[in-house]
Amino acid sequence: MTGAKEPLMHIVKRDGVSLGRAMLVRLVALVFALLVCAAIIFGLTGMNPLNVYAGIWDGAVGTNRRMWVTFRDAAILLCVGFAVLPAFRMRFWNVGAEGQVLVGAMASAAIMIYGKNLPSWALYALCPVAGVAAGLIWGVIPAFFKARWNTNETLFTLMLNYIAMQLVSFAIVFWENPRGSNHVGLINSQGKEGWLPSIGTNSYLLPILIVLALMVGLYVYMQFSKQGYEIAVVGESENTAHYAGINVSRVIIRTMAISGGIGGLAGYLLATGVGHTISTGLAGGRGFTAIVVAWLGKLNPFAMLLVAFFLVFMEKGAIQIATQFSLNENASDILTGVILFFILGCEFFINYRIELRQHAREEVKA
Amino acid sequence: MQSNAMIEMRGITKHFGSVVANENVDLTVRRGEILSVLGENGSGKTSLMNMLAGIYFPDAGHIYVEGREVVIRSPKDAFALGIGMIHQHFKLVDVLTAAENIILGLPGKLRLDMREVERDILRLTEKYGFEMDPHEKIYEMSVSQKQTVEIVKMLYRGANILILDEPTAVLTPQETDRLFQVLRNMRQQGHSIIIITHKLNEVLSLSDRVAVLRKGHSVGSIQTSEATEKSLTEMMVGRRVDLNIERPQPVNPRLKLKVRDVTVVNDEGREVLSHAAFEAYTGEILGVAGIAGSGQKELLEAIAGLQPLRSGSIEYTNRKGHVKELTRMTAEEIREIGIRLAFVPEDRLGMGLVASMGMTGNMMLRSYKRGRGFFSERKQPRSLAERIMRELDVVTPGVEWPVGRMSGGNVQKVLVGREIASSPQVLMVAYPVRGLDINSSHTIYRLLNEQKKNGSAVICVGEDLDVLLALCDRILVLADGHVSGTVDARDATKEQIGLMMTHHDAKEAQP
Repeated sequence: MTGAKEPLMHIVKRDGVSLGRAMLVRLVALVFALLVCAAIIFGLTGMNPLNVYAGIWDGAVGTNRRMWVTFRDAAILLCVGFAVLPAFRMRFWNVGAEGQVLVGAMASAAIMIYGKNLPSWALYALCPVAGVAAGLIWGVIPAFFKARWNTNETLFTLMLNYIAMQLVSFAIVFWENPRGSNHVGLINSQGKEGWLPSIGTNSYLLPILIVLALMVGLYVYMQFSKQGYEIAVVGESENTAHYAGINVSRVIIRTMAISGGIGGLAGYLLATGVGHTISTGLAGGRGFTAIVVAWLGKLNPFAMLLVAFFLVFMEKGAIQIATQFSLNENASDILTGVILFFILGCEFFINYRIELRQHAREEVKA
Repeated sequence: MQSNAMIEMRGITKHFGSVVANENVDLTVRRGEILSVLGENGSGKTSLMNMLAGIYFPDAGHIYVEGREVVIRSPKDAFALGIGMIHQHFKLVDVLTAAENIILGLPGKLRLDMREVERDILRLTEKYGFEMDPHEKIYEMSVSQKQTVEIVKMLYRGANILILDEPTAVLTPQETDRLFQVLRNMRQQGHSIIIITHKLNEVLSLSDRVAVLRKGHSVGSIQTSEATEKSLTEMMVGRRVDLNIERPQPVNPRLKLKVRDVTVVNDEGREVLSHAAFEAYTGEILGVAGIAGSGQKELLEAIAGLQPLRSGSIEYTNRKGHVKELTRMTAEEIREIGIRLAFVPEDRLGMGLVASMGMTGNMMLRSYKRGRGFFSERKQPRSLAERIMRELDVVTPGVEWPVGRMSGGNVQKVLVGREIASSPQVLMVAYPVRGLDINSSHTIYRLLNEQKKNGSAVICVGEDLDVLLALCDRILVLADGHVSGTVDARDATKEQIGLMMTHHDAKEAQP
């Protein structure tokens, strides 16, 4: 041990940082991220990074339409994120949002197809009810098995995704249009029966408003309701929940009904407000991206909003730079990765600070 | 520097944010001595030791080992200096054998010769008098065996300075005696041992010297031969402390709980509680004594509605003399029929509290259902949390600070405070002072006595017979899941209870 020096630096926990300071740290991190991205872009392609950034911006929010599409798609992704949020708070690993969205979309599509001749108010009411109910059932199935026989919810919800996809494939056999095409095409493309209505001329606004309302509602539910409290306790320790007289099985099933129902709602929005069709790829992996949204947002609905917007923004920008600069679409994944690395990494500097060797001078004196 | 000093710590300071763990602390450990480090909960004993073991790095101060200044940056550095620490929570790999755990992380030769390793281990265990099988897997071991593996692991690595953090908290009295014998053997071989403990009788019987910390500062050290329980407590607390436990006469005792023929079977199908029967009265404290794992936990949980019964009945008598049967009720149902049954379980953070929530959230555990409507009331729990913080001197940055990050004594105060706040008709506490310093312990005894005077039926499971004999009115003794009898705590002796703890007689089980 002779000659061992005091370490050059060590880590000290910060005592609580003001919000403004934390924001400043994050801003600095973002600037660093953009600098590193610029270096990568220039190093790999020799292009002017500013042009590439402008291309991403242009692709995501460059025109009025693009901006609204980005907002709406972010809202849909956020909605799927909310489908995993209550379950995750309960430490119930719901990786089945993909399937819950799909069955919700399929139920809504079925109403649109078979209820075409219903009065329009009935159609508008039935589509969301069917979508939410289907997602809810898809969420409750694994919850019931978990509560009753303690089955593994991760495997169970994952498997249900594939069953949902097969169900949709099966339904397409009956619904395909035109015949033999093996896809459904736009449902009710002439009369737009059951399509999510526009607000004025803006057909993007309604799903966004629905998801924002859901965000506030979910926040209040998780934070202030008795049921939200029960979810937090069950998530922390089932033993404590039993001790407090909480019926754990009931909470698991109820919470997964909420999660699944929200997934079904997202499916309804996709089927009636975005795609106006049904296909096995309608959920498009959102059920898994939603898990990223939930965790990066630390299970806070408002932070999840920012994450969902950022991910969709980069995705839309990627399409633009792919065509404009003939870059591979994965180029933007690299940029997204670098930015996330810095944004998440800077949390360390918000919670800790680095202290440099400080006794070095004292030792010289002594 | 004295020539016989193994370790000198000078001016050690460590802050965690605004919390001062240690401030300018001095500590000397001599060669071949057992040093007790004593202090109240949260006085900075463990963090000071963690700096020796390389877990924390001091903000300021100097550490000398055998007269030479050293810098300990990691546990590896600490090993290289011969310092080994045995933590409260063991750091062993469950699926490996004892021998595999012992050599884990050591460089060793290219070819691993387990037989040679085992020979070396056996040589060590013989030298110091350990009982350990190097082939046994960790998950098959009892707590005390795991501790033995930890100690042997340190010795195998050549530690000659051993730090033990509350080693006896999880041991039975017999296991404690065995551990102390081993520690004395090690002292004879020239090892220095630092032991953190709250139990003053252990300090007096084992150690050569005592160093006392108070609120992160060093108060000083004295020879154990010159110390008494009283003087040590005063050093620790900083003022005179009354160590007598009060025991008022029960006032107007009435039957509260009647437990008959209760049998509980565990997950493996073994009877952990067999035909237990007893009665609890208002205005008295009923102690429950027994070797750890004799059915105490199951008994309390059965009454609280957390354990399904195989047979038997539990009857509750309310203030008006009406009898209610609780036998097949869940905790929820018992609450719903208006019986205030408070329960402080042994597993505080795993059952009694939600570790990630603050005091307010934990107060809500008992009250969140109150009131109609969808939303839960938060103001009342918050003011209750503030009251408990004030009245029981809970040390925490605030009522929203996660209880899982508080020290053990404060956690217990939060739990007991909440349970007592409901002014319960029956109060059940399991090992209420485990891990608590003497001052906090006496606070808890005082609270139990208050409930007794308020007319609660108090049931207290304890491990320290001296305390049970001083605090309780009657003591129920369990032996291997059977009730071996009930004694009057005012004229029973420790020996009598000790005998009943190991032998049960079928006839005595039916009072």
